[in-house]
Amino acid sequence: MVDGEHLGKLKREEGMSGIRVLVGTRKGAFVLTSDGKREQWEVSGPHFAGWEVYHMKGSPADANRLYASQTSGWAGQVIQRSNDGGKTWEAPGGGVTTSPEGFPRGESNKFVYDTTPETGKPLTTHQFYDGTQHPWEFKRVWHLEPSLSDPDTVYAGVEDAALFRSSDGGKSWQELPGLRGHGTGPKWQPGAGGMCLHTIILNASDPERIFIAISAAGAFRTDDAGKTWKPINLGLKSQYIPDPAAEVGHCVHHLAMHRSRPSVLFMQKHWDVMRSNDAGESWQEVSGNLPTDFGFVIDVHAHEPDTIYVVPIKSDVEHYPPEAKLRVYRSRSGGNEWEALTKGLPQRNCYVNVLRDAMSVDSLDPCGVYFGTTGGQVYASADAGDNWAPIVRDLPAVLSVEVQTLP
Amino acid sequence: MIRVVLPTHLRTLARIDGEVELVLEGQITQRSVLDALEARYPVLCGTIRNHVTKQRRPFMRFFACEQDLSLEPPDAPLPDAVASGAEPFLVVGAIAGG
Repeated sequence: MVDGEHLGKLKREEGMSGIRVLVGTRKGAFVLTSDGKREQWEVSGPHFAGWEVYHMKGSPADANRLYASQTSGWAGQVIQRSNDGGKTWEAPGGGVTTSPEGFPRGESNKFVYDTTPETGKPLTTHQFYDGTQHPWEFKRVWHLEPSLSDPDTVYAGVEDAALFRSSDGGKSWQELPGLRGHGTGPKWQPGAGGMCLHTIILNASDPERIFIAISAAGAFRTDDAGKTWKPINLGLKSQYIPDPAAEVGHCVHHLAMHRSRPSVLFMQKHWDVMRSNDAGESWQEVSGNLPTDFGFVIDVHAHEPDTIYVVPIKSDVEHYPPEAKLRVYRSRSGGNEWEALTKGLPQRNCYVNVLRDAMSVDSLDPCGVYFGTTGGQVYASADAGDNWAPIVRDLPAVLSVEVQTLP
Repeated sequence: MIRVVLPTHLRTLARIDGEVELVLEGQITQRSVLDALEARYPVLCGTIRNHVTKQRRPFMRFFACEQDLSLEPPDAPLPDAVASGAEPFLVVGAIAGG
């Protein structure tokens, strides 16, 4: 059996041939492609022009199978799927029916919370901005996480926070209701961006274990493929909630994990960069010498499990880089000791933000690192962050960036 | 024949050029028109009305014969001119912003 790390090394030795960067923006989706040198880029798009695309991601089991979350305040949620690497798209279960008799079963856009007695009648209210209880209302899909082994299985993290799964390529969706129903739901509350489930981390070495994160509830883990969940927030401290060390209520912005070390998690919380060495059972702060520990993104180097990246943002009021200098910070020690990466990034008059799902890495050697900004730039580094250059400069505000390393 | 005009985003989504023409029997209402529209174009399910409650989405409005029908009961008959095909049933995205 070839494990993931060994396979990665083999592929590096063989020389991977291409990179595909999937960019979701406020006004459509873009696909950026390059060969393994990562110097020349082709830009295609906008796909779904005029719609918000919160997230796009490719299947690890089939690089040409992509999923996209297309959403609109007017027309709601649409799931899109591509079988050719983003050249063409279809709404699973969509199309045109020739017979108007009988109601269709085109369920591609249907996300309905599970409140059936068979699954335990999950709680149906959460804490609202004013402290009252408020019913769960589906708004949009924030994050799509394809299965590591089956192109037709994909998870969706949604607002209001819940986890859904499709096993038919995105046509129909079923909630994993144990998450909302495990008991702390009434204490979850929306962050400024809404009450969203924005991070889903699958585990190749233990398919039963999934990590998720919710703003503002915290991080959660299942060890039985989503039937039951537990909050994993011990060690987090959030001064903006009544009990700063509460079991839930923390505004976790993003989680990251290296596939070779699935018990080590990194977290960018609202404030604080955190690390867990025990699959989330406890957390320690590793903000160290960062100029500010507020931010949204966090990611891990493809080949160095202790090399991590964040983009510090001035504060929760001023969503732009401190000193108006766009700097990625890299730690090679798993946190605490950070170095600023600035070559090729604007170091004056920069007031963009980098949102939580807008950073990703490729698995070439050296590792490529990519991030998008609310100013519409997508920056790439082909040398693990030492040097940066924009792939594109003038897209709509970037909501998400995912990278595929193509064979 | 019932004529339905959709906003640009929904025409693009459903890959529709121009108006949609629907052949319906019985009383012509918002509900019967939207049921038939969604039957032919399943991808539109959930984009105009809530999937489950079938209530109009807040920023979608319905017009016909220079009347705003958005707040009419879904089972109220639509104007005769819509039922005859002389006038289209308009689905319009509410205008917002400055």
